[in-house]
Amino acid sequence: MTFFLVSSIIKIVVVFTAIMVGVALLTLAERRICAWMQDRLGPNRVGPQGLLQPAADGLKNFLKEETYPAQADFWTFVLAPALSFTPALLTFAVIPFAAPLPTQWGLVPMVVADLPVGFLYILAISSLGVYGIVLAGWSSNNKYALLGGLRASAQMISYEIAMGMSTVAVLLLAGNVTLSQVIAQQQQGGWFVISLTLAFLVFFISALAETNRLPFDLPEAEGELIAGYHTEYSAMKFSMFYIAEYSNMVTASALMATLFFGGWDIPFTHWDDTGDPSVLKTLLTLVVFCIKTGAFLFTYIWIRWTLPRFRYDQLMALGWKVLLPSTLVYLTIMATVIWYLHGHLGWAYDRPMALTLGAANLVLLVAAVWGLDRGRIVSGSVARRAA
Amino acid sequence: MAWLTGHLTVLVFWAFAGVAIVSAAMCVTRRNPVASALWLVVTLFQLAGLFVVLDAQFLAVLQVLVYAGAIMVLFLFVIMLLNLGQGGPHDFKGVIGLGVGAVLAVLLLLQLSVLRHLEPPAAIALPPGTMAAQQAHDGLVGTVARPLFDAYLVPFEITSLLLLAAIVGAVVLAMRKL
Repeated sequence: MTFFLVSSIIKIVVVFTAIMVGVALLTLAERRICAWMQDRLGPNRVGPQGLLQPAADGLKNFLKEETYPAQADFWTFVLAPALSFTPALLTFAVIPFAAPLPTQWGLVPMVVADLPVGFLYILAISSLGVYGIVLAGWSSNNKYALLGGLRASAQMISYEIAMGMSTVAVLLLAGNVTLSQVIAQQQQGGWFVISLTLAFLVFFISALAETNRLPFDLPEAEGELIAGYHTEYSAMKFSMFYIAEYSNMVTASALMATLFFGGWDIPFTHWDDTGDPSVLKTLLTLVVFCIKTGAFLFTYIWIRWTLPRFRYDQLMALGWKVLLPSTLVYLTIMATVIWYLHGHLGWAYDRPMALTLGAANLVLLVAAVWGLDRGRIVSGSVARRAA
Repeated sequence: MAWLTGHLTVLVFWAFAGVAIVSAAMCVTRRNPVASALWLVVTLFQLAGLFVVLDAQFLAVLQVLVYAGAIMVLFLFVIMLLNLGQGGPHDFKGVIGLGVGAVLAVLLLLQLSVLRHLEPPAAIALPPGTMAAQQAHDGLVGTVARPLFDAYLVPFEITSLLLLAAIVGAVVLAMRKL
């Protein structure tokens, strides 16, 4: 009991600190990568290579004056930034980030809380993120802020459905909602990105929308809504919304790595998940997990500085008319295939089954790309060459 | 320390239950509809916590996911769009209102005190340890899902039809205005 409490508290503190430092560095990374893509230098004055820039920004935000709109609903206005950033941090509690660590008092699983309903917990908590944004928009008593808040809630509810649907495929294959079991399953057979490629694509798109990142950052579209839901916020409260956005990105990236890319699994080897746990294994798997998460974070930033923003009706049409129906069809097909392979032929989830499912996904992927393309890019050039 | 670990469940229960009661009271006494809705969210959270204390994590997660995450967000949405302002003029505070409230409260207390001394009927009581064995066998989700998609499949499907009918009805009502 005491060991559990102490190890849990240590894990909570370490994970919290790591995410906060990660978020700070991520704001710098975003600006440096953006600068690099636009052939500029970016912030490089504070500290070596601008590494202390986040500290300077934080200090600036703490020292700035806080303004409160006269007609704002004071308590809701103050509560909203906290509400938007707490769920993002809570979600990380169930994500396993490394192989178990052996200590002299016993084995410590490298996850803050390995809940038996881990995966559903993530869906539940992430559905709360919308409160902060909606309340911020409403309590500011500002038309643009309210519009941003309403856009955010509509967008997040819409894409939550597609996101939930895409993860049903993962649950079908894993047959379990505990994230450590999902990872163990992938270590056995192969990463779910191979056997459930389309589900990953839908999840990735929905994750972009859920975190309000470009090309789906309609809630704060500066050309239309000044700054959207955080128009009236200043100083550290404004900063809190930024921290929330980036910690949401970290969690979503970690989640994609866990659900579809094997979590802390080191690819092409079973050295990490068989045999006795050791400190070296924990460290190496932690590094691998960070690399996977980092790759997704880079993709987030890359997409932000590459794609233009969607129009609002396009966003809704994509969510409701494309993603949701196609995910339902995909789910039916995958359920049938998994039922046939697992229930009928009696295959367990291993390499051959993963590859068979991968082949089925490849066919579906080609069909989906061809369908979405609507004669514009791929089929367009082919048709032109034929003519 | 030994006392603390022995009574931890009770302490956690009272923490959740206490906040639940306070927030439920706040929910019905607030004038501002948005504040009222937010207090209701707090209450729903405390109930989820109580479910966890009862070892029903799946129900707790569903409570947060469905009620706090989806339904209450839509409630807030509607309240904000309707722009109800700062409380209506029709406040329920007359002598008759208070009297009805008091009678109902006494009735509820009586029911609760009777229930406290009653044993559940043998037909619905399970022998101790049945749930734990069931959860060990089917898993947390399976314990709920298996009866739902097995013994109660037809009622479950009828419920979904009912919801569909409600959605169609809502769309028809909205269409009249469009």
